[in-house]
Order: sequence, then structure tokens, then C-alpha cells
Amino acid sequence: MDDQESQIDEEFTALPLRDLADAALTQARTLGAQHADFRAERTRNQQIRLSDGNLQRLYDGDDAGLAVRVIVDGTWGFASAVDLTPDAAAAAARQAVEVARVAAAMNTEPIELAPEPGYGDVTWVSSYDVDPLDVPSADKISLLAHRSRELLGHDAVSHVDAALAQVRECKFYSDGATTAIQQRVRVYPNLTAVAIDGDGRFDTMNTLAAPAGRGYEYLTGTGWDWETELAELPDLLAAKLRAPSVTAGRYDLVIDPTNLWLTIHESIGHATELDRALGYEAAYAGTSFATLDKLSKLQYGSPVMHVTGDRVAEHGLATVGYDDEGVAGQSWDLITGGVLTGYQLDRRMALLKGFGRSNGCAFADSAGHMPLQRMANVSLAPAADGPATHELIAGVDNGIFIVGDKSWSIDMQRYNFQFTGQRFFRIRNGKLDGQLRDVAYQATTTDFWNSMEAVGGPQTYLLGGAFNCGKGQPGQIAPVSHGCPSVLMRGVRILNTAEEGAS
Amino acid sequence: MSPQETVERALAAANGGDCVVIAEEASTANLRWAGNTLTTNGVSQTRQLTVIAVDKRADGVRAGVVSRAGVRDDQIEEVVRAAAKAAADGTPAKDAGDLLGASAADPGSWEEPPGRTDITVLGDFAADLGDAMRAADGAGRKLYGFAEHELRSTFLGTSAGLRARHDQPTGRLELNAKSADMTRSAWAGASTRDFADVDIAAMDAGLAERLGWARRRVSLDAGRYETLLPPTAVADLLIYLYWSAGAKEATEGRTVFSKPGGGTRVGDRLSALPVTLSSDPAAAGLGCAPFVIAHTSGEDSSVFDNGLPLTRTEWISDGALTALTSSRHSATLAGLPATPGIDNLTFASGGGATLPEMIASTKRGLLLTCLWYIRTVDPQTLLLTGLTRDGVYLVENGEVTGAVNNFRFNESPVSMLGRLAEVGATEPTLPREWSDYFTRAAMPPVRVEGFNMSSVSQAS
Repeated sequence: MDDQESQIDEEFTALPLRDLADAALTQARTLGAQHADFRAERTRNQQIRLSDGNLQRLYDGDDAGLAVRVIVDGTWGFASAVDLTPDAAAAAARQAVEVARVAAAMNTEPIELAPEPGYGDVTWVSSYDVDPLDVPSADKISLLAHRSRELLGHDAVSHVDAALAQVRECKFYSDGATTAIQQRVRVYPNLTAVAIDGDGRFDTMNTLAAPAGRGYEYLTGTGWDWETELAELPDLLAAKLRAPSVTAGRYDLVIDPTNLWLTIHESIGHATELDRALGYEAAYAGTSFATLDKLSKLQYGSPVMHVTGDRVAEHGLATVGYDDEGVAGQSWDLITGGVLTGYQLDRRMALLKGFGRSNGCAFADSAGHMPLQRMANVSLAPAADGPATHELIAGVDNGIFIVGDKSWSIDMQRYNFQFTGQRFFRIRNGKLDGQLRDVAYQATTTDFWNSMEAVGGPQTYLLGGAFNCGKGQPGQIAPVSHGCPSVLMRGVRILNTAEEGAS
Repeated sequence: MSPQETVERALAAANGGDCVVIAEEASTANLRWAGNTLTTNGVSQTRQLTVIAVDKRADGVRAGVVSRAGVRDDQIEEVVRAAAKAAADGTPAKDAGDLLGASAADPGSWEEPPGRTDITVLGDFAADLGDAMRAADGAGRKLYGFAEHELRSTFLGTSAGLRARHDQPTGRLELNAKSADMTRSAWAGASTRDFADVDIAAMDAGLAERLGWARRRVSLDAGRYETLLPPTAVADLLIYLYWSAGAKEATEGRTVFSKPGGGTRVGDRLSALPVTLSSDPAAAGLGCAPFVIAHTSGEDSSVFDNGLPLTRTEWISDGALTALTSSRHSATLAGLPATPGIDNLTFASGGGATLPEMIASTKRGLLLTCLWYIRTVDPQTLLLTGLTRDGVYLVENGEVTGAVNNFRFNESPVSMLGRLAEVGATEPTLPREWSDYFTRAAMPPVRVEGFNMSSVSQAS
């Protein structure tokens, strides 16, 4: 056993994984499947929630199962089972073939997959120091309670919600040519402080630490400065509650990575998913304005815009060794010099549309679901010698500096979006001048990214992300990260949300 | 081992300690299609054991939850031990209360084996859908959509003697038709318990009519419009209101239902019309669990409430707010009766016109198909944003005269209740936005004055 394999959940590696795969793949081939792949998964998660420092939820989830995907006469068939036995694996293979035969009546496009080298027996483990599920619950509850009480100790803070989500995801994949065993660990700690004034007005402020492909060390000083943020948060919240309401209009914006990651996610990440561009999500998640005929032509944004997709960034939530079709993790261009230059692919679409090899974006959130093309880490590159955030602010006469994500919404072709944030600072003559309330920014994707005048340097770069990006029917969730620097946008429409809500 | 035996064995393993056990078996079958061809499909079966251990000590009562899929017979005791350890690791629970005993809930057909669905429930439907796709292909339409059926059997036991069982069938169908050039789009959905009542050909015919309406395009600017919302759009907005109507946060002063200065807005009039928003486990065609099933505690749910009987609850009565969702604990904080959330929602005013009749009585207004990507902008007013989707139509002098561009809206469902000009006849509907989480709804079409279309979306 090598070092990486020794890190993997022993209860998972103790399962007869290769016997299960053999039973399923042999059965599928015997019944005439032209392609068959097998997954076994175990995902443990723990949720801890505190309300005003009191434990509200301590929940340990443990999901496991196996999945068989086949192609029979050009039609997909998929089945999953919960029992991890060779008999159940073979039965799932039989069911998958039966499903393919029922579904053939509706299929008019034969399914074929892009070639991918076989990698043999491989092992991959994400980058972390301390598996959070190995830390005693009492320690985690105690840490969250302590931080909650510190916030509650401030006069401005009426209530504090604290939450910690932790996941350990183990996947075994085999298609005969590649047999991969992988483990990923991720954590999402978050505290929300609530302030209420005497008139019944209230507001909230969240900590800005993003969910990350890290271990428990993320809560104790590695990768995030909790002490500084928690010390500053109550005063920032108090000032926000007292802040003047924004005057709607057009403003220059400096956007912090803690806010911009979500705008990238919605307006670039989803828009460059090829399954959306091809219409497979048309009835649900939606399509994309960035259709295939615009590849290498569409001026998505300004020339300072360089966006990549990757499955390899350290601590990235979409980072894997191999995807759920046995494709090795890669990095590739999506937008180059502001021009659309790539898409996110799976093996079927890569072949169908002449891209050659898949870039490894097939993912299923559990054994119960069929893999879909899911989002890679989609990240905006910083400028090599680019400015610091305060230098970007210095270039603005009349603007707003936006920090932290909050509300988001975008249309089904990824044109029109509206975002709010945690903290909005007025910029006057190149300097910050207090906070504003009731701010939302609203734009059309290509207008917004073409208004980007400057991107910050590597010193402003941060990896944001989400645990629960939703897509597909049946619905699946996927974790994904987005790295970006601070940016300067010119002339973006700002709404006053209080006016928007007035009857 | 059957789920009933699993419940008994887990309770026995608790060695007389307070304990709640939930054993569930669920099976699903689904088909998904796009551009007149199948894209994905599948069947699945899951088995989940959830053990809630209660640890009573002098300084308070602790609860720990362990929920595990695919537990083998020889692992049941291990799950119970893990839950006991989780409880011991925790700190006292504010929502602690007595577990419910044998008299709390009807055990249902406890001894019967769990229900199961499989791909054959979609067999006739798949054949009809294949016919519809071939017809659509010939007529220059593309069909997209999803059909799913799930059967979930839940067996709940407590160490206080309660045994309760619930079988929940859940089916949904979404059908989306687009013109060959993808510039026109229409949508219809249905909630069903068994797919026997689904008429795919009729749904497709309705969508073909709407695509026909969209042959004439009308560009309109952002602004406030008299707007006809169909039942699915009303469902999506009012489900969000329902999810935002928790007693605890309202009492804490942090929701639209908080009263400035303290307390809740229960008793406040929200609409001048005699509307009722209610949930009822026994609602015809919308049947759902008649007792609390809580895998974990939250603001207004409590694992200690497992098995608490649920009965018809009016959240809004005759236009006034009358109840907030609560656990026994959060109800105490709010000084209100305990009214836990129930898995269906009905909005009605008693009678009313059909949507075609409401179109016929409209001088000038917008008719929506459905809403999409709904999110909170400001919890103070419950201001929501989102998009119109798959067909916005201009109604002039009682007739649909063309299709309008899509809009981003910024609207509060609470404020909207105060601007209802007409409430139509309530009918079953599938909530377009929330059907991953909530499928059982009966809603009327409504006419809203000054619906705030904040900006134009280029999406078609």
C-alpha cells in the first residue's frame, strides 16, 4: 500500500471493490453492452449547526452504494444499488441493460465516447492535513461555540448562527482499462452575525471564508485568518446597519474575489458548459448564449480577461485525479484575451463535437446518480505584475467596493444577472468612504465582462467556491472552486433594493 | 431484515435509553430527454437508517444523529453506538422534549412490506412520449423534459413506544417545447402519484398552441405591469413565503414576519382578499406524511418531535397571517401553538375564474408561463428576484396578441399578496422552480397590479 492509499478510509478500501467491478462489468458485457463502467462510492458528511452558541444540529451522514452505466446498441442505461455485494453489482448491471432497452424507443442519437488512455490501477487523494471527520465532535462544537460567544459579546450583535459542513468522499471507478480509487476532503465553516436596531430594521454579515478542499486545519489558522475577521466583523455589521441607502445609478466597481467568484461561476462557469450550449439542460438548468458557433469568435470580455478550466488546482473543490469516466485531471483555456476559446466536456460530447479528448468534467454526486458534465474549477487569471486592491480603488472617482457574496440570480441563457454582497464601501476620489446599504448590481454577461478595465495582481488572488452547485434532473450537487483577483469594472448598473421592493 | 425489524433491533440496541429510529426504503425511476431524443435515465434503490440517540444528564439533554445508507443487519448496533457517542460528544439541546409514545400517531399498515417502484411505471408513458417526439419532429418542434417517479416508505419508532409508517409516492413530469431555431419556448408540468393520469399528447398540444402565440414578437421595456401569474408561478412564490415563515427567526426579529419592537406579525392582514394558504396531510391528490419525520433539528424542526401528528394548518386565513412553521420548541419561543411544516401547500379564495377566463377579462397585461432562479434579495421585505421563463405573452382586449421578451423581476410575495387584484380557481400544479424539493401544490392563477419587471433579459 502506498502513502496515498493509506490515507483513504479503511472501511472503504476493505470493501471487495474489484470483485464488485468484475461482477458488474462481466455481467454487462455478457448481456451485450458495448461499454460498461462501474463506480462504488462512500461519502461521509457531518453537519454541525449552532444557534447563539447552543448546539442545534449534530448530524453524521454516511452514504454508500454502487452504480453501473452501460451503452447497449447506442443507448445509455444506468442503475444503482445500495448493497455492496457481487450479487447486487451483477443485478444492477442487468437492470442497467434493461433500462437501456426500455429507453431505446426514445433514443435517436447513438452514444459513443471519446477515447481516453487506460491508466491501470491508480490512487489519488486531495491535499489536506487533518481529516475533519477524525476530529472529535466536541472539539468542533467547542470552537464554533467560542467564536459565536465572542461575536455575541459585541453590543451590535443580536444573534449568531454558526455552521460547519465537512465531507469525505471516496470513489472507486473501473471501466476495465482504468481502475481508480480516490478520496477528497472538504470543509465549509461559516458564521453569520445578525444586528437589529430599535426600529425593527435588521441586517446580517457572514464570514468570508470560502468552502475549500482543505482539512480541519482551515479552521485553525491555515488558509484563513479567523481571528482578524471575527474581531472586525461586529463593527462592520454595526456600520452597515447605520449606513445610508445607495442611490441607484451607474458606478465604477472594484470587486473583491470573495464576491467575484460567484459572478464567474454563474456567468462564465455555467455558460461554458458544452452540454448547456448543446441544449441538454434546456428544460431545467438552461442553455447558454455562448453557443458552439461562437467558439474563437465571441468577444466575451475585455482583452485583460483570461479564464481557465481545471481539475488540478490545489484545494480546488472540483479537483480530482480522474473524473467519473476515467479521464485524468487537466487544465485548459476557456477565454483567452477576452475571446471564447473552450468548453467543459465529457467523453460523449468531446467526440460528438470534434474536440478529440475529453477535458475530464464528468461527475456524479453519488452512486445513485448518472454522471453529468459538471463544472471544473473555472478561474480568472490575475495580471502578472498587476495592482493591489487599494491601487484599483485609487483609480475610481465615484464607485463602490464590493466584498463577499450573498444573493445571486441569472437567466437560463446566462445573459442577465443580479448579485448582492456582504459589504459595500463607497469609493470617492480614490478612497473608501464608509459603507452603503441596499446595493445590488445587475448586468448582461458580455457587457459586464467587456467593462473590465483591470485585473489585480497575484497578491489579490483568492480561491472562492461553493459546496452545492445544482444541475441536472434528477438534481445533483457538485462542489466547485473559482479563483480570481480583485477587478475594476466601469459603469455597472446599481439598483437600490429597497426601492425595488417598494409597492 | 425488513425495515420494521431494523427499527425494533435498533431500539433494542439502545438498551433502554431514549432513542428515535427512522428506517426508510426508497426506489426511483427516471427518464430525461432533449431535442427529441433520450439523454439520461436510471433506476435506483436506497435504504437508509437514521438513529437519534438522546443522552439525558443533569446539565441538559443531548441529541446525536447518525444516518447511514445501506446498513447491513450486522451493522445496526454499530449505528446505534455511533449515535450514542455523537450525543455524548454534544452539548445540551435547546429543543429537547419528551419523545412521543404509542398514542401519538396512527401506525398505518405497519406490518406491510415497503413499497417499491421501478422503470415499468414509466413504460406506457415512454411509449407515448416516443410518439409525441416523432410528432414534434415532424412539426418542427423539439421536446425537452424529465419524468421521475419515487416511492418512499418510512418506518418511525421511538423508545417511548411510537410506531408510525408512511408511504409517499412522488411523481413529476416537465415538458418543454421549443421551435426548431430555439427562439420560441413553452413549458408545462404535472405532479402525479402514479403517471396513470398523465396525458402527454394533450400537454404537447398545449405547448404547440403557445409556440404559435409566439410567432408575433413584441418588445417591451422594464417596468411595472398588470400581470397574470399561472398556478405554477404562484406556487413558486408562495412556497418561498412558506419556507420563510419560521417562528424562531420571526420571533428573533430577523424576517419579514417579525413585528418591529418584538414578537411576530401573526394576526396582521396581508391581503384585502379572503385568501387562505394552508397545508393538509389529507389534501385530495396531495397526500403527505401525517406526522413529523425529522432527521435533524433546525430552526423550526426538532428530532424530538418525531411522530407528532400533523393536521390541516392555515398559515393565512381570510387574508391574515395566522400561523408560522414551528417545532414544539420554537412555538414556545414564539408564544404560538406548535404548527410544524407539512409537505404540501394550497392557496385558495373559494371559487374564482379559470386562467382562460382571466385572459378574456384582461384589457392589457402580461401573461407569464413560469418563473426561474428565484433568490432572496432582502429578507427584511422578503424581496425576491428571478426571471420569467418559457413564454411571456401580451394580452390585449381579452386575447393573447404576441410573445414578449423575458424579464428579471424584483418582487416580494408578501407585498404581492397586498396587490392581488383577482384570485382564480385553485388547481393542482407543479412548482417549476422548486420541484426538486416540493411537488405537492394546488394554486390559483392570480392577477397582480404593478408586478415589478426590473430589467429585460435577452434569454429566449
